[in-house]
Amino acid sequence: MIIKKPFVLAAAVIGIYSAPSCQPVKEYQKNRLNDAEMTLGNRKIEKEELNFQAYREGSSGANGGKTGGGCGCN
Amino acid sequence: MRRICLTITGMVFTVLAAFSQQAPADTAGFRSRPLKIEEVNILSSYYSQTADKSAVSGGDPGPRGIGNVTDLSNGIEVKLVGWDHQRLKHTLTAGLGMDNHTAASQAYVDSSGHGKRTGTRIYPTLDWTVENLRRGTSFGIGAYYSAEHNYYHSIGLNTSLSAKTKHNGEFSVKLSGFFDRIVMITPSELIPVDTAAVSSTPARDSIVYITTASGRTEALNYSTGQVVGKGGKVSIPSSSRDSYSASFSFSQVINQRLQGALLVDVAYQSGFLGLPFHRVYFADSTRAVVENLPSQRVKLPVGLRLNYFLGDKIILRGYYRFYIDNWGVRSHTASLEVPIKITPFFSVSPFYRYYAQTGSTYFAPFKAHTAADQYYTSNYALSTFNGQYFGTGIRLAPPGGVLKTHLSILELRYGHYAETTDLVSDVIALNLTFK
Repeated sequence: MIIKKPFVLAAAVIGIYSAPSCQPVKEYQKNRLNDAEMTLGNRKIEKEELNFQAYREGSSGANGGKTGGGCGCN
Repeated sequence: MRRICLTITGMVFTVLAAFSQQAPADTAGFRSRPLKIEEVNILSSYYSQTADKSAVSGGDPGPRGIGNVTDLSNGIEVKLVGWDHQRLKHTLTAGLGMDNHTAASQAYVDSSGHGKRTGTRIYPTLDWTVENLRRGTSFGIGAYYSAEHNYYHSIGLNTSLSAKTKHNGEFSVKLSGFFDRIVMITPSELIPVDTAAVSSTPARDSIVYITTASGRTEALNYSTGQVVGKGGKVSIPSSSRDSYSASFSFSQVINQRLQGALLVDVAYQSGFLGLPFHRVYFADSTRAVVENLPSQRVKLPVGLRLNYFLGDKIILRGYYRFYIDNWGVRSHTASLEVPIKITPFFSVSPFYRYYAQTGSTYFAPFKAHTAADQYYTSNYALSTFNGQYFGTGIRLAPPGGVLKTHLSILELRYGHYAETTDLVSDVIALNLTFK
């Protein structure tokens, strides 16, 4: 069933933009944030699955992957 | 399987040889330094899919609609880093990938089901980034090329800018363009008969010449369709497909354990957006036609990532995306991955992803379209369905390298995917990072 709650996204946007007022974090306090598995982007190991998802599903983008190009048609 | 192992083993030894001489340690911080290899990544993956109702056979639920696929992908990426006199960090990343696939549906481009079912795709990439660490800004450009038997080329170009804020945030924008030339391979029964190529001599007036999916000429008996001779490669006409996108992201550190990112893409495509060998069967006809889709598409995906470090050993990686386009497709994607640190250098990461899509208004199943439809496709990627993807990954990154070698990171990831369209697939990937 498709979820229809655009306000969830709006709340998330507001949350992100109001975040700077949350807590100042110094460089030396970022040991957890700098952990390789805390990265906010996709990792190289996910490349193949992002490819097949983009071709098998009708949507793509907003995940750092490709938004066009190539065939992937088989 | 032996070929796969040999390929990977060969790549590993090549990379180890490249690191046989130690690079001098960078002790001067921002001192000018020419480009040197910082890391090499070798990525291999294997994808296996079972499916029916393939788009090549117009969504036929019978044996002709088989959509089984295997894909072996191998790639290498070399990252070089250097510093110039203005204390700018330069990163040059060069990559080369090759995919070898088998696709059962591809055989049915030829109506006999005996078409070529294998293919190879080669794709080099090049990216260059300049970072000003004092100002927290960066600029990058990249180029991408890909070629396969069913499109002459796909050329991609991109440029990106990013800037850090004073409050642990970062804004970035990336503009991309992909320019494809699609080979207009049509189903064999829809290839127009080249009457000029038909011999006018009375003895051979029943022979016609066609081009097959692999670009070869074949001589057919006009009345029986039987292949009576094979010729060389010929040039098949092509059509263009251009894709442009602007990707915006804003990431923010929220506290010592939590950070998030908002991602917004605006993508525009124009040109031939279907595929010339995708059939559609109308309700009142047994003859196939090629799918027909609009020549423009606008996509708007909006994503949100939130990563939280729970305690000292568990990380929660959350992601949500809403997607909408002007073909009527709407989707929601939600995923959660939970890396668990067994030791500081070894982690196990189970993950789950849920995908729900409302299909395009242009989609209808096998023999459901009518002549009143202006646009039509039976490609199930544009249908209404749900998909679930789950699996686990492991990551090994000991401080002195795996077994005290230059192999600094070893990652292995397996996932199982199932759609309500009956498509089921498995993917396993291995990434080796050498430093």
